[in-house]
Amino acid sequence: MSVASRYVFRRIAQGLVTVLLLIVVNFLIVHAAPGDVVDTLAGGSGSADAAVLQAMREHLGLDQPLYTQFLTYVGQLARLDLGQSQFSGDQVIALLLERLPATLLLMLPSLIISFVLGTSLGLVASLKPRSIVDFLVSTLVLIGYATPLFWLGLMLIVLFTINLGWLPSVGMSTIGQSEGLWAFALDLLRHAVLPVLTLSLFYLAAYARLTRATMIDVADQKFVRAATAKGIARSQVVWRHIFRNALLPVFTMAGLNVSSMLGGALVVEVVFSWPGLGQLAFNAVLQRDNTLLLGLLFFSSIFVVVVNIVVDLLYVKLDPRIEFGSAS
Amino acid sequence: MTFSTVAARPISPPAPGGKQPVLELADVCATTLVGGKPCNILDGVSFSLRAGRMLGIVGESGCGKSMTSLAIMGLLPKPQVTISAGRIGFLGDELLDLTESELRLRRGAQMAMIFQEPTASLNPVRTIGDQVMEAIRAHQPVPKSRAREIGLELLDRVRIRDPRHTFDDYPHRMSGGMCQRVSIAMALAARPRLLIADEPTTALDVSVQAQILELLATLQQEDDLAVLLISHDLGVVAGYADEVAVMYAGKIVEQAGVDALFAAPKHPYTIGLMRAAPRLGGRRDAERLVEIPGTVPALGARPAGCAFVTRCGSAMAGCAGIVPRLETVAAGHKVACLLHPAAR
Amino acid sequence: MRLSGKALASGRIAFGASILIALWLASLVGPWLHPVDPMDMVGRPFVWPGVNPRFPLGTDQLGRDVLSGMLSGAQISLGIGVVSAASAILIGLAVGAAAGGIGGYVDDALMRICEVFQNIPGFILAIVLLSIFGVSVPKMIVCISIVSWPPVARIVRAEMLSLRQRDFVASCRLIGMTRLRIIATQMLPNSLAPVFVMASMITASAILIEAALSFLNLSDPNLMTWGKMIGNGRATLRTSWYLVALPGCAIFVTTIALNILGEGVSDVLNSRRTAN
Repeated sequence: MSVASRYVFRRIAQGLVTVLLLIVVNFLIVHAAPGDVVDTLAGGSGSADAAVLQAMREHLGLDQPLYTQFLTYVGQLARLDLGQSQFSGDQVIALLLERLPATLLLMLPSLIISFVLGTSLGLVASLKPRSIVDFLVSTLVLIGYATPLFWLGLMLIVLFTINLGWLPSVGMSTIGQSEGLWAFALDLLRHAVLPVLTLSLFYLAAYARLTRATMIDVADQKFVRAATAKGIARSQVVWRHIFRNALLPVFTMAGLNVSSMLGGALVVEVVFSWPGLGQLAFNAVLQRDNTLLLGLLFFSSIFVVVVNIVVDLLYVKLDPRIEFGSAS
Repeated sequence: MTFSTVAARPISPPAPGGKQPVLELADVCATTLVGGKPCNILDGVSFSLRAGRMLGIVGESGCGKSMTSLAIMGLLPKPQVTISAGRIGFLGDELLDLTESELRLRRGAQMAMIFQEPTASLNPVRTIGDQVMEAIRAHQPVPKSRAREIGLELLDRVRIRDPRHTFDDYPHRMSGGMCQRVSIAMALAARPRLLIADEPTTALDVSVQAQILELLATLQQEDDLAVLLISHDLGVVAGYADEVAVMYAGKIVEQAGVDALFAAPKHPYTIGLMRAAPRLGGRRDAERLVEIPGTVPALGARPAGCAFVTRCGSAMAGCAGIVPRLETVAAGHKVACLLHPAAR
Repeated sequence: MRLSGKALASGRIAFGASILIALWLASLVGPWLHPVDPMDMVGRPFVWPGVNPRFPLGTDQLGRDVLSGMLSGAQISLGIGVVSAASAILIGLAVGAAAGGIGGYVDDALMRICEVFQNIPGFILAIVLLSIFGVSVPKMIVCISIVSWPPVARIVRAEMLSLRQRDFVASCRLIGMTRLRIIATQMLPNSLAPVFVMASMITASAILIEAALSFLNLSDPNLMTWGKMIGNGRATLRTSWYLVALPGCAIFVTTIALNILGEGVSDVLNSRRTAN
């Protein structure tokens, strides 16, 4: 087994330990809640009759000692059996998977746009500190950090949908849309502009700020001066030497941001009625469908763990100083 | 744009026979603000350097020797430090009159520099080969394959054992000595006329130091290079330089051929330095290392007259009031000290 | 050049702090000067700001006074934000100090727990906890603290780890100080600088989280907060968008002030550290 594969396996093993701890946390939440576990899971569906509740009790093995319950729970989660939604009766996992693509459709473009634009702005600002450009970027950063996502979304709706009528504000597609792939794609694009813009702003600010600071730090390092002494063009020094090194911490931050971006996506989806996981969660909150919510919690945590593993592995490719043999 | 179409001053070749100096500094002053007051980091530095010769600049930290090299290369940290006076002649051009792009054309192609911390002077996320080829292609329009060939030849020239393996390796995996060899290879990629070596061996093991210096001396001979060797270590300079300049508080206080300087140092500071330097296999009687009392004056707190007056054992009444000029006191031997007036 | 840097930093601190103090005073004094219960229906619904002097900022869809809603929101949002941030910092300090100061298995275990909490999307965790355990101000504070402590712990741990290498710690051990005493009296005070910088940022983030939770209707039903007002105003965005704009501006101003304050503190503390 090569060094690289060993590293990958070790990283995945670490991830599994984290997943196990996640299961423990979930388990604790369910059992720490006031009242019967089943009451907790049943949540707001007071319409469930006694037979259904009894069946749930048996399914969960509540009459058995705690550690057996735990093992059963682990088994269920390992099979991705997240239970049934109290409200609709569907399998939670099915509901989550059905809504996942829409959320990804929102998150991926936001991630790309915020990263590319953010690092570019940070780069430009760092080249001329205390100039007009720097001031504008810093102001944008401040606004991006301070604006609540949901309020930004609503204000954008007021401007672009209500006052200007340029862009739609509800859902992912227009009902009764004419046929054809182009029309569909265009329609989707029009619907996605405002939500993606809303979700991107905060992270754009974060990346711009970090890139700017890191660029200024890296520019002071010895190899930059040595590169300039070689007589290569300034643009090459900036791009191949400074920026290439400054990207590393920003990339790490992007990986860490996935977790918070999920939360942000949730709020944005509610504001724009975007049919993704967020909308699902919002409805679950209204109906106190705790089974679904717990399933979502576990599901999204797994998602973050997987993304973090991928990011770590990618980082090794970016930074040759991280050897496969070393502990991360 | 690398060796671009920017209209630049013509780079005149050195006169045949190496009669004209490759590098000539005249009264160069570099200023910075300390607590709001302008202070001279370099206070009237003058020297000249011919092809095929090595000039060693020695001094304690803070005396301005590194600043001198940065001033020549045009790499001073602007806007904090500016050159307020003087001239720097290089191959017939006045460097201080050139624009940044004109200077860039000369960097690497005509004048090159290697630095103190070899591993830190290389980009950690790119391969050695990438960086060497970058140095090559900055001044010669060659395709990548040809650049790779040239790169391997260069690595061979600096005595790297396995050039192919090193080419694809990364700096953090290489020793300091290897990294310095790579830096030298990159510096010589475009066959410059001047090489500045700023403390090239200070961060290296003692055993490796000699190898690197030998390499530098050999390459200098092969290419008829003018070399400026900067060090705080007298021993390094003694072994390899043709001429030595001693710097103190931004000025050159003594300059002579290496043998003359070590045989008969004249400036009290030079004498002090030699007494304070440990010598392996020195005299049999346990010679005590005599430290120079006091410390180098801080940038904003230099005395009015001779900067060394606060630490000089031979200070006279007039020393605190007059700034001594660098005068020739013997053939090829200059001193800036009131004890040694100019030879008639 | 250096002088303007210092001036800029203290200017920022002054600016940020004065806005926050003004808001805080307004939240204390306001209800006294304008004693209208934010939950009371006091007028016709959907009165625009400036139309009726009795309701300077208008009324909402149930005829409740927007100004008193804003003042109440100031009290609660600021209160929850500050208290949550403080608890998150305390938890983070404790965990980070233990992990960095003691090291070994304790460090490994605590960092594992930290990692788990960083992997769980914080906002979703808050929603789940509030949905299961019910909503009230103390519960919200607990939720927000649980979600916010990991970054503090990481930074404190990093500081402690670098301090452990330092000589003064070794000399404390030599003279026989107990581990606990070294951590508490020597290392911890020296680790506080980055925590001060983070404090305002964490407070800003806590306020934003609270607002988002209230927006999703996860707030105390008897209290009016900025987020809740925005959530309520959403349905009538077309005609009465001032219901969304005004509370949002309040949040915006608060978080901007906190951010500027944080930047100023960061400049001051960082320049002091580089000077050392």
